[in-house]
Amino acid sequence: MGRTSREQRRVKAARCWSLVMAAAVAISTGLAWAGNWKPLAQDGLHDPSNTALSQLQNPAEALSKLPPDTAGNQVNWVKALEQGKINPRTSIYAGTKVNELDKKEPPDVLMKNTAELSMVRFPHKQHSEFLDCSNCHEGLFKSKAGTTTGFNMFNILQGEFCGRCHGAVAFPLTECRRCHNEPRPVAGGAAKAR
Amino acid sequence: MFTLLMLLAPFPSRAEFGDVVFNKHSEKEGVRPVIFPHWFHRIRYNCKVCHYELGFKMRAGDNVVLMSDIIEGKFCGMCHNDKIAWGADRCDLCHTGRPGLQSGVIGGASTGGPGRW
Ligand code: HEC
Ligand code: HEC
Ligand code: HEC
Ligand code: HEC
Ligand code: HEC
Ligand code: HEC
Repeated sequence: MGRTSREQRRVKAARCWSLVMAAAVAISTGLAWAGNWKPLAQDGLHDPSNTALSQLQNPAEALSKLPPDTAGNQVNWVKALEQGKINPRTSIYAGTKVNELDKKEPPDVLMKNTAELSMVRFPHKQHSEFLDCSNCHEGLFKSKAGTTTGFNMFNILQGEFCGRCHGAVAFPLTECRRCHNEPRPVAGGAAKAR
Repeated sequence: MFTLLMLLAPFPSRAEFGDVVFNKHSEKEGVRPVIFPHWFHRIRYNCKVCHYELGFKMRAGDNVVLMSDIIEGKFCGMCHNDKIAWGADRCDLCHTGRPGLQSGVIGGASTGGPGRW
């Protein structure tokens, strides 16, 4: 009994989030289309009276050459890396042990607890190219699928779990479809995604 | 809530996504806040260089940075040491923020990202 009402509350909360999010998506995509990268002196953050600003690179100069996107830095960083448009170093000291994905590579993790939305397929490969295992394990996530506690959209939107990076440095949380990327096998109306 | 949104919305769209402001000590000590651009650094280094090899904590404000540390080669000083990149004497290249900025990540969980509305 307690369980069903909890269930209902969750669904309600999920609906509410979807609404808020839809608005946010509309706003953010609107803005992404409206303006490209602002020069540093006009970005509202840098102090235009600092004469040294002219020695810094403006985002447009570097980012406009990379595969485009509509959110975040307006760069598709995964493609930029795959296509060799950027070639970032993975360590700076000789002798640092870099944990790379090898043959025992953990597979993508499929996350099904997504209410009426498409499921989430989490790709280990793409993440491990940028990050070390320890950036996520065991602090943010457990190394066994389905065992991380408190792992839901509410907490993600609070900047936990996926939201630690997505929305701060990696593509923002308004890009629902990029995480909710695995249509449910029919059942419910959610299989339209992607 | 929506008025709040409208107020916040134009801000993150202007500053570059992922910029981090450091202003725990700067203005109190009479210098401009520091702006760290993720976009610029991630073209050159993977996240794991800073957040694993060099040990920067992945939470804006969790790294308590003092200028003396940087000069001794910690934090930004691990690279901004006149070897890997220009050194700590180039004050105006790091201390570039407008007066009054709050510490935190821009366009992120606390502003543009839906995190902390
Ligand atoms: C960075 C990846 C990511 C993005 C972007 C994202 N989600 Fe999620 N979402 C998840 C994950 C992971 C879960 C939890 C799945 C699980 O535990 O099985 C989830 C769960 C959910 C749930 C299920 C209910 C709950 O509270 O957990 C809803 C509803 C949801 N997301 C809506 C959205 C909407 C709407 C957006 C776009 C505004 C969005 N999500 C964007 C990763 C994401
Ligand atoms: C960006 C974050 C992130 C990074 C980096 C990462 N993982 Fe994971 N890993 C996850 C998530 C999320 C899960 C699923 C946790 C859950 O469902 O509770 C997971 C699950 C796992 C699992 C369990 C898989 C299963 O099917 O049970 C293993 C094993 C694992 N990771 C190993 C690694 C290794 C080894 C590395 C480094 C090469 C790594 N992970 C890097 C986020 C990450
Ligand atoms: C430690 C930081 C971090 C965490 C935590 C994290 N991601 Fe990511 N993720 C990244 C980065 C960096 C990229 C590269 C794209 C970018 O920067 O915009 C990325 C890219 C992705 C992509 C795009 C892959 C592609 O092929 O285009 C998906 C999907 C994704 N993340 C889902 C998730 C989900 C779901 C979670 C939570 C289970 C999660 N991420 C947690 C950092 C993170
Ligand atoms: C590589 C980037 C960088 C350079 C170059 C740099 N700083 Fe800093 N500085 C920082 C950061 C980051 C902080 C921490 C800011 C905070 O938390 O408020 C800081 C803090 C400070 C502080 C306040 C904290 C303290 O230790 O007293 C002063 C004063 C300061 N810097 C002065 C200078 C001066 C003067 C120069 C030039 C000689 C300089 N900085 C060059 C990055 C830099
Ligand atoms: C050149 C070093 C450097 C690189 C490379 C780097 N970061 Fe950071 N990162 C920082 C610094 C410095 C901070 C701010 C820490 C503070 O304020 O105490 C930070 C903060 C963060 C935060 C915290 C934001 C918040 O909301 O609190 C996240 C998440 C993050 N980085 C993710 C990433 C990801 C993902 C990558 C790779 C795509 C990356 N970083 C690459 C230096 C770096
Ligand atoms: C992993 C090494 C590394 C770390 C750590 C690092 N930087 Fe840098 N940074 C660089 C390199 C390399 C450049 C490019 C130098 C050049 O152009 O000669 C650079 C350039 C910059 C620039 C100038 C960007 C432009 O437009 O030209 C700023 C500002 C800056 N760093 C701030 C910081 C601050 C603040 C920190 C500490 C929070 C920091 N960096 C930590 C490697 C690093």
